Amino acid sequence: MIELLAKLGRASLGVFERLGRGHLFLLAVLGRLPGLALRPRLLLQQMWSVGVQSLLIIVVSGSFVGMVLGLQGYNTLVTFGAEESLGVVVAKSLLRELGPVIAALLFAGRAGSALTAEIGFMKATEQLSAMEMMAVDPLGRVVAPRFVAGLLSMPLLAAIFTAIGVLGGYFCGVGLLGVDEGAFWSQMQAKVTLVQDVVNGVVIKSLAFGLVVSWIAVFEGYDAVPTSEGVSAATTRTVVHSSLAILGLDFVLTGLMFN
Amino acid sequence: MKDPRLIEISVGAFVALGLAALLMLAMKVANLAEFSAPQGYEVRAYFDNIGGLQVRSPVKMGGVVVGRVTAISYDSERYQAKVTLRIERGYDHIPNDTAANIYTAGLLGEQYVGLEAGGEENYLRENSEITITQSAVVLEKAMQEFLYNKTAKSSGPKS
Repeated sequence: MIELLAKLGRASLGVFERLGRGHLFLLAVLGRLPGLALRPRLLLQQMWSVGVQSLLIIVVSGSFVGMVLGLQGYNTLVTFGAEESLGVVVAKSLLRELGPVIAALLFAGRAGSALTAEIGFMKATEQLSAMEMMAVDPLGRVVAPRFVAGLLSMPLLAAIFTAIGVLGGYFCGVGLLGVDEGAFWSQMQAKVTLVQDVVNGVVIKSLAFGLVVSWIAVFEGYDAVPTSEGVSAATTRTVVHSSLAILGLDFVLTGLMFN
Repeated sequence: MKDPRLIEISVGAFVALGLAALLMLAMKVANLAEFSAPQGYEVRAYFDNIGGLQVRSPVKMGGVVVGRVTAISYDSERYQAKVTLRIERGYDHIPNDTAANIYTAGLLGEQYVGLEAGGEENYLRENSEITITQSAVVLEKAMQEFLYNKTAKSSGPKS
């Protein structure tokens, strides 16, 4: 009985310990940001591996999600004779929810896991310790550029995903199913608002998701147990935790924004 | 690692693509351009019942969109709804005795203000009022009247 209680206590203390360490780590990384301004080349390098290399999966998924929305939306709307509203349905659902959320989930799987694995292996092969020995700050040199690259790439990727998705919906609805082209765009333009839908949905949500995913990814990597199993467990945790965090945060943000 | 120049170019292209996507969402999807320069003139119209009319609903003449509803408020002195319409520049030959009706596009569609041109020589200007108005058809009301007539008729011959 006592043993069980002790185990429970140890487990919950462990959770709080990691939570606290994660937040202190975030503060430490944020403190390194001014130093990053002096070395933009590091950031550029990471923007390439985090942002540019995620582009393909974002573009392909975006077009398919948009096309599926076009097909399904059309099937539902045509029973009410309201298929002209297809543009509104596609644009609103992409801007408000699907664009930022799916882009962030893909980003966590594509870039977040890679970040964790990279930093984790640096730790496992003692490259981070070697840097410290040479008086190079690994937080400023390795972690901060990756974190900022993730934070900046996420809104751009979400915007690209959403724009491609709208075009995909247009292709399916107007091109294949014969919705009137003028009605598709004009209804969309009449109902979608800049601040409520575009800024709230794509910009603010994806910035929040970018922050959370990059934070979790670099922290899990930096905090990984420096063995092969440790790194693999950390990579798994990154994907699972960031996906859950994205979905939970999305619920909260939607509740705050669209009421 | 790759050629640093290639990396610079691809990151630059990536950022440009992202910003272009954002711009497209703002201009093409949310139609920012229409709001950037409010031009034309505003007229008022009072309705007994505006139904489901909303701000930004279109104002049409002969099916062509000539403006949008910019404000809706309740006038507590006249006990009527005050609707402000902004007519786009270029449509400045609308006669003073034009009638404004609230129509519904299709059975479930959105509601809009339809203008029907009158025959007067004077034209609507900034702040003029459209006096001939007809309210929205409220479906519940119409059904109530229909049912009332129906029962009145069917019970009529018996008595």
